[in-house]
Amino acid sequence: MSNMVQAVRMALHVAEERHQLNDIFGEDVGPPLGGAFTATQGLRNSWNSPLDERGIVGAAIGLGLAGSRNVAEVQFCDYIFNTIDLLKLAGMVSWASNGDWNCPTTIMTPVGSGIRGSIYHSHSFDATATHIHGFKIAIPSRPVDAYGLLLSCIVDPNPSLFLIPKALMRTRSAPGEEIPGVEVDDRALSKMIDAPLGDRSKWASQWPDTPDLFIPLGEGRTVRRGRDLTIVSYGRTLPLCAAAAEQVAQESNGAIEAEVIDLRSLCPIDWPRIQESVKRTGRFLIVNEDTEVTNFGEHLMRLAVEQLFYELLAPPKLLAGAAVPGIGLADNLEAASVPQLPSILQAIRDLANESP
Amino acid sequence: MPDDTALPPELQLRIHDLMVRARCLEERLIQMYKQGDGYFWIGGPGEEAFNVPLGLLIHKGQGPQFDYMHFHYRQSATMLALGAEPIDSLRQMKNTATDPYSGGRNFSNHYSVRKWNVVPVSSTIEVQYSMAPGTAMVQKRAGGKGITIVTGGDAGTAEGDFATCMVWSSRPANPLPVLMIVTNNKWGISTSSEGQHGEKHVADRGRPFGIESKTVDGNDPENAYREIQAAMEYVRTTRKPFLLEAVVSRLYGHSSASGANPVIDEADCLKGFEAKLERRGLRTRAEMDALRAKYLLEMQEAHKQVRQEPQPDGSTIFDHIFQTRDLVRGG
Repeated sequence: MSNMVQAVRMALHVAEERHQLNDIFGEDVGPPLGGAFTATQGLRNSWNSPLDERGIVGAAIGLGLAGSRNVAEVQFCDYIFNTIDLLKLAGMVSWASNGDWNCPTTIMTPVGSGIRGSIYHSHSFDATATHIHGFKIAIPSRPVDAYGLLLSCIVDPNPSLFLIPKALMRTRSAPGEEIPGVEVDDRALSKMIDAPLGDRSKWASQWPDTPDLFIPLGEGRTVRRGRDLTIVSYGRTLPLCAAAAEQVAQESNGAIEAEVIDLRSLCPIDWPRIQESVKRTGRFLIVNEDTEVTNFGEHLMRLAVEQLFYELLAPPKLLAGAAVPGIGLADNLEAASVPQLPSILQAIRDLANESP
Repeated sequence: MPDDTALPPELQLRIHDLMVRARCLEERLIQMYKQGDGYFWIGGPGEEAFNVPLGLLIHKGQGPQFDYMHFHYRQSATMLALGAEPIDSLRQMKNTATDPYSGGRNFSNHYSVRKWNVVPVSSTIEVQYSMAPGTAMVQKRAGGKGITIVTGGDAGTAEGDFATCMVWSSRPANPLPVLMIVTNNKWGISTSSEGQHGEKHVADRGRPFGIESKTVDGNDPENAYREIQAAMEYVRTTRKPFLLEAVVSRLYGHSSASGANPVIDEADCLKGFEAKLERRGLRTRAEMDALRAKYLLEMQEAHKQVRQEPQPDGSTIFDHIFQTRDLVRGG
């Protein structure tokens, strides 16, 4: 079974071999390291850039304007904030030129908490990203989605942001959810595509034959069907929501069945899927780990209130990161800063049992 | 006694013609702003002696075999030399639906012409220097002689993007064909460079990176033509960067934000060149006055026409946020 970082790597390989992905670059992206999280090991077109996020994003825009598909990595989203004006410009290339130009580029960056990354390796970027209009935005929660969403980002004529939840980098595919073509066990796959420790100068990847699997940007996935409430999440908190829904169903003997939707794309969003679900359940919980003030979940909540108000059985609820400047290093500080399984369980129970 | 430094007479006359036309264009844009036919003016009067030769020397076309331009907002004379029509600048000033550069969305002199590789101009200072290495990488990989040209002012070189461009263009792993141009008018809006910049010349900053560089007189169009030509030739043939600093004048201040009024204590490149042409017997004062009158009339007529043209409909604000076709890849 592949893990998420291997899925990213395989998608990049497919794109450079079959979809004219010419440049995969950023700090430590090329050999010998192949990415801080190893997402770019063994790739033909990967290269190391100067330690300069503005240069990385700027070069990505320039490459895109010249028609060269590229994936630029900002090593942690915590370091992307000094490129916001460049991202704004990339997002408005088409609009500002009244449709004369487009800019096919993908900015890939790890996001969120979960690796005890302390103050400057734990930020989320989804709320900020969704304020940068003109970008497609994807955030996977399982390897096959990382594979298919990244391929869709790369071939899209518009700039895209591919946000990879750090905490899920090593999460393996669940049974039945493997990327087609990966038909070997974990150890065999690792031998094929993970660079060895030590000298890598003579090493080359043995890539499995994986297909062109394009998961459409804007298409969510219903992870678990349910009757009593709808949970919308993405990224690190998605598997927690799925696990919490399962646990609540069991402990309530099926009295509380939560539907769980993985949004997968933050722009465009699969609002019809959410709408259909919330209309059916009447209860709406949004879970993500970005800070709660001007959180993307608030946008979803507004849509629900404006469009589904008379079908709601309880006020929509947002469970998000605490409104604090950063995430502290100590276990207790991180746990208190972003949603964890217990707080999601409690939110589900509270919402399911809320009555006027 | 023959002047060995002179360009061929027909080229001198062509440059002069474009300089006059560009000056008339900028004066009309300022006038439009002052008459309420535009919300903001920013442009390049005073830089014609440098910007016209630049436009004449650019290898114009679409795609990596041609030059890519990452301009700032003082490039009207370059655009005219490239073949742009002045009325289109007026359309952008009046933010009409017919504005070919932005459809009424952007300020005047914020060009965007994909068929000529002129990438969208941004008001944000210096960001174009961070983008330039990207187009240059594609050109280097494509082979040929296409180069990337990036322009900006002296004050903007304080931004990190200027250093980014030097670092990325001079990487030993992949030096890039980037012509970095800094038009030095010695001002950053209302702030004099004297109090802000300790370096003697901006061009000196290229040296630690091994970037060939030069500071030149940008108020003499013949000198500018030769220096740009030499710098371009270097970049085209070596596929390495060059930093060219041109000392120029700023004849109407920073923008309409500072009044857009004539500045009388700066050298006017047009006057200097006209005196030279007269001395050389290439154009009489009467001919030059007639030329100016012709272009003033052209701008006046264009202004009248633009006033009749429609504004964009509010319902179009959602147009072109996303592309369905990959235009830059020929899709």
